[in-house]
Amino acid sequence: MPTLTGADWSAILLTLELAAVSTAVLLLLGTPLAWWLARTRSRWKGVVGALVALPLVLPPTVIGFYLLVAMGPNGPLGRLTEALGLGLLPFSFAGLVVGSVVYSLPFVVQPLANAFEAIGRRPLEVAATLRAGPWDRFFNVALPLARPGFVTATILGFAHTVGEFGVVLMIGGNIPDKTRVVSVAIYDHVEALEYAQAHWLSGGMLVFSFVVLLTLYGRRRGNAGGGVG
Amino acid sequence: MADHPLATGASTAIAASPVATAATGGIGGTQGVQGATPPTAGIDARFAVAYAGFRLDVDLRLPGRGVTALFGHSGSGKTTLLRCVAGLEPAARGRLVVNGECWQDDARRILVPTHRRELGYVFQEASLFPHLTVRRNLEFGLRRIPAAARRVQLDHAVALLGIEALLERMPDRLSGGERQRVGMARALLTSPRILLMDEPLAALDHRRKQEILPYLERLHDELDIPVLYVSHSPDEVVRLADHVVMLGEGRVMAAGELHATMARLDLPTAFTEDAGVVIDGTVAVHDDHYHLTRLDFPGGAVWVQRQQVDLGRRLRFRIHARDVSLADHQVEGSSIQNLLPATVTEVVGADSPAHVLVGLDAGGTALIARITRRAAEQLVLRPGRRMWAQIKSVALLG
Repeated sequence: MPTLTGADWSAILLTLELAAVSTAVLLLLGTPLAWWLARTRSRWKGVVGALVALPLVLPPTVIGFYLLVAMGPNGPLGRLTEALGLGLLPFSFAGLVVGSVVYSLPFVVQPLANAFEAIGRRPLEVAATLRAGPWDRFFNVALPLARPGFVTATILGFAHTVGEFGVVLMIGGNIPDKTRVVSVAIYDHVEALEYAQAHWLSGGMLVFSFVVLLTLYGRRRGNAGGGVG
Repeated sequence: MADHPLATGASTAIAASPVATAATGGIGGTQGVQGATPPTAGIDARFAVAYAGFRLDVDLRLPGRGVTALFGHSGSGKTTLLRCVAGLEPAARGRLVVNGECWQDDARRILVPTHRRELGYVFQEASLFPHLTVRRNLEFGLRRIPAAARRVQLDHAVALLGIEALLERMPDRLSGGERQRVGMARALLTSPRILLMDEPLAALDHRRKQEILPYLERLHDELDIPVLYVSHSPDEVVRLADHVVMLGEGRVMAAGELHATMARLDLPTAFTEDAGVVIDGTVAVHDDHYHLTRLDFPGGAVWVQRQQVDLGRRLRFRIHARDVSLADHQVEGSSIQNLLPATVTEVVGADSPAHVLVGLDAGGTALIARITRRAAEQLVLRPGRRMWAQIKSVALLG
């Protein structure tokens, strides 16, 4: 029975790399965005919150289509990257990262915003009366208290990016070692009627996803029931 | 000291403009100080802030030392006022000068952010950082002030509040009373110029309150900084405060030295079960035979049950209006042993139509008696009349 080929292993590695880079970018962008969403009284809060949540409901092909147009030679993003000498993003690893960040944004921003909201104003007021300035309060009070939110956001962002298919297909295509991730590789195997390899990869994804969710939910129950550590 | 109850307005630093006099403009309110060179000691606080269904509008001049109680029912604006002083109410407009330092002056576009104000704040629920040990909580503020500015050392604050054994614990392993003591020590360790306390005992049961009160009294005795103490409990106020600001619906109803304010008959406090005066007495004599102690105060003395305190110590006590009766001569053959000659200063209606409140001056110490209207008419009570006050019971505080 044929097991995984070298190309499959390369797809697995690429997937993990994409998920890791995307999660890092998501945390960097998502943290200030979530902080703003959690604390603002601006009338734009609703609009921004809805935009962040859009990828939850849109078909990935729609996201991918618009990203493809935007990053293309006539799109605003494409013109920008060409002007910066970066070339065009579609069908490149960098393009996949951009797509993944958009696609997984709500999975990172929402847990973070919830965690920041749960802290409330009081600990930050206390810190202010203890001479901590705004940045000091953010890094030494808000971030540590929002730690459970960061764990959830990291796990969900990573796992969701690993499971991405539609967006990748639209903007990344299927270039081995460059843009061919596991979900696309499975698609290829099925097209070629290589069910055994499709089983190995799909089974792997199934187990991975289950373990991730088990970690997440098991941790939550532990937190709720457990006392002091 | 201006502890002399009847020496009110003249000698005490405290003076408040009831904002009801806003119509008189800028001159009417604050007694005395306007126009003169502003003294550096003391707190000038003028604030206006409006939320849906609530408005705070106060203009206060408070003493620069001692404990000032901000007293009122919930919704009276006392906590909001405290938050204004801390700079935690961004919507508040006004002016605030604390012992010579201007923290807010909208006219001059000055607004010092909270973290640059040298204050200590004790919140109602201690609000310790749950992710830090007690020691790290205490060090949070301490590490953020320059070493040269540290007038309170960790060991000192820890000893003052008796939390030596708790230092390595996490906050969720402390009782409510312990948490509150850690919160107080943490605030003190920033070496504040003013200590703000928002009902630090409100979340605690009676036993925990009794556990913390001695520490508060110790703070009071050892600190040389002003304390603003928000409370809705008359017991805490009379036990801890030197001055009192009574707030109602966002306005100042009265402000002044504690003893004088408690003796006023024109305030709502006079019309409660609890009406009465507060007196600071000096332990003068112990009578071991009858197991009694004599407490002296200006104009008289009272005998109370034997107290285990040294001669010369000061003890604060209350005499409730309901425990004072009046006679027009020195009654002999009575079980009431505490008799004081006193002059009637005023007679006003009480909470019930059957009673009146009689203000008395017992040689410099104010008393209030709550008697029936019929008795008052039969005794022909009017200001200036000499009477004998018979004190049925004395409530010692602390």
